[in-house]
Amino acid sequence: MASYSTSEFKNGLKFLMDGQPCTILDNTIVQPGKGQAFNRVKYRNLMTGRVLEKTFKSGEKVDSADVIDTDLQYLYNDGEFWHFMDVESFEQYQAPESAVSDINKWLIEQDMCTVTLFNGQPISVTPPKQVTLEVTETDPGLKGDTAGTGGKPATLSTGAVVQVPLFVQIGEMVVVNTEKGEYVSRAK
Amino acid sequence: MSRVRNNSLDRRSQLQKRSQLLQSLRAFFYERDVLEVDTPMLSAGATPDLHLRSLSSRVQIPGIKEAQTLYWHTSPEYPMKRLLCEGSGDIFYLGKVFRDGDLSPRHQVEFTMLEWYRLGFTLQQLIDEVCELINSILPTPRKIQQLSYRQAFAELAGIEDIFQADAQSCIECLQRYGVPEIVGVDADDKPLWEQLVLTEVIEPQLGQGVISVLCDFPARDAALARINPQDAKFAERFEVFVDAMELANGYRELTDARLYRQRFEANLLQRSQFGLSPVPLDEKLLQALEKYSLPDCSGVALGVDRLLMLQQGFTDIEQGLSFGLHDA
Repeated sequence: MASYSTSEFKNGLKFLMDGQPCTILDNTIVQPGKGQAFNRVKYRNLMTGRVLEKTFKSGEKVDSADVIDTDLQYLYNDGEFWHFMDVESFEQYQAPESAVSDINKWLIEQDMCTVTLFNGQPISVTPPKQVTLEVTETDPGLKGDTAGTGGKPATLSTGAVVQVPLFVQIGEMVVVNTEKGEYVSRAK
Repeated sequence: MSRVRNNSLDRRSQLQKRSQLLQSLRAFFYERDVLEVDTPMLSAGATPDLHLRSLSSRVQIPGIKEAQTLYWHTSPEYPMKRLLCEGSGDIFYLGKVFRDGDLSPRHQVEFTMLEWYRLGFTLQQLIDEVCELINSILPTPRKIQQLSYRQAFAELAGIEDIFQADAQSCIECLQRYGVPEIVGVDADDKPLWEQLVLTEVIEPQLGQGVISVLCDFPARDAALARINPQDAKFAERFEVFVDAMELANGYRELTDARLYRQRFEANLLQRSQFGLSPVPLDEKLLQALEKYSLPDCSGVALGVDRLLMLQQGFTDIEQGLSFGLHDA
């Protein structure tokens, strides 16, 4: 297995810690004027999402993690797994609940997502930055209000709930920013 | 993070701040009749210090077929000491030095150092002068907190006597202060665990609202400082911290030429034990020390880029540079 020495540490580097894939968020060299150098490393465990810190003696090695980000099309959910497909090779992947639990409310069939694979298995899914969803439930509000000054909660077809302007009605399509979970506009 | 400074600081005013700092530093020494010297950056000899990595260049010298390897100085210490041996009197250097591999919000491979030597100064006289200089630059002068190495471990890390403590008590101290797990240090490597208590527990508490001066380092950390003639456990060395950042490192200088050679040889041995390649010693320095001997003096090196950071409230050393390494 390939390994990385502390001198190769940089943000975004994927490595294994206790068998789990991690990515470096911050790497700071501690170099006392007279003394051994260390790398202060902040990293995210890609399985759990937890951010951790460790300090490595300079020259220490970590194993590389076979982690790649790939663009896959979301197909369907069979109740247990979320299925994705490589649109060029037609190869299919099934992602467990843990890989999509935070974002499954933004998954729309046929949408392209960024899927992180660890040893070929999906471990996390990033939905498109913006998705278009139908409003299935919201307070009717005032018909005449088109200024959009106020707001009200609206439930979308995937079950996601976002704040929308008062003029948005049931059955309309809206564009939502998935990173912030915020309404962007009505879909044209 | 963008490497380009992202605040809207006007470029010219940024350059002026650095220029003004360099002027103030020079004025401080001109006023005290300390002579500026512009020593060579390239040398046939390199520092054998285990933790300093010199950059080197291949230099073509007319008449010699093979290009010669010369080393970029990590500090102007050796040629300055040669000048002192030759009778230069009080001198200072303000310019670039190079340390390979050092790059962080507090480090640059190429950085600006202020180094000066004062004849006949005791360590305490030099400490006072360093603090006076720092206070003349900081936006508001600060009180001085001077504490010994042992005192720092007792008061700031809860280790009663670090000279007697074992590796385990250092490990427990790190846990007690919630320091993240350390990877790659042997459980019984006391000096390294001790260093970690210093860098991870003590240093973050130093220089908070004051100028902290750490002194009476253990003799093994003497580098080229004199061993205290009253107590051989201690080296006559100090470090200065402001806002938890190491700013200066000073010695009552070793004068005996034989001791220089001994310490250099010990460094070379350490290098080979750590699997590092040997470096040629600065034989010209050793010859000068043998021939004239170093006058009794104290000397100190101070990081100018860090001083500028502290003066201006910068969080990254690059904010005070015309161009950082990534951008050069």
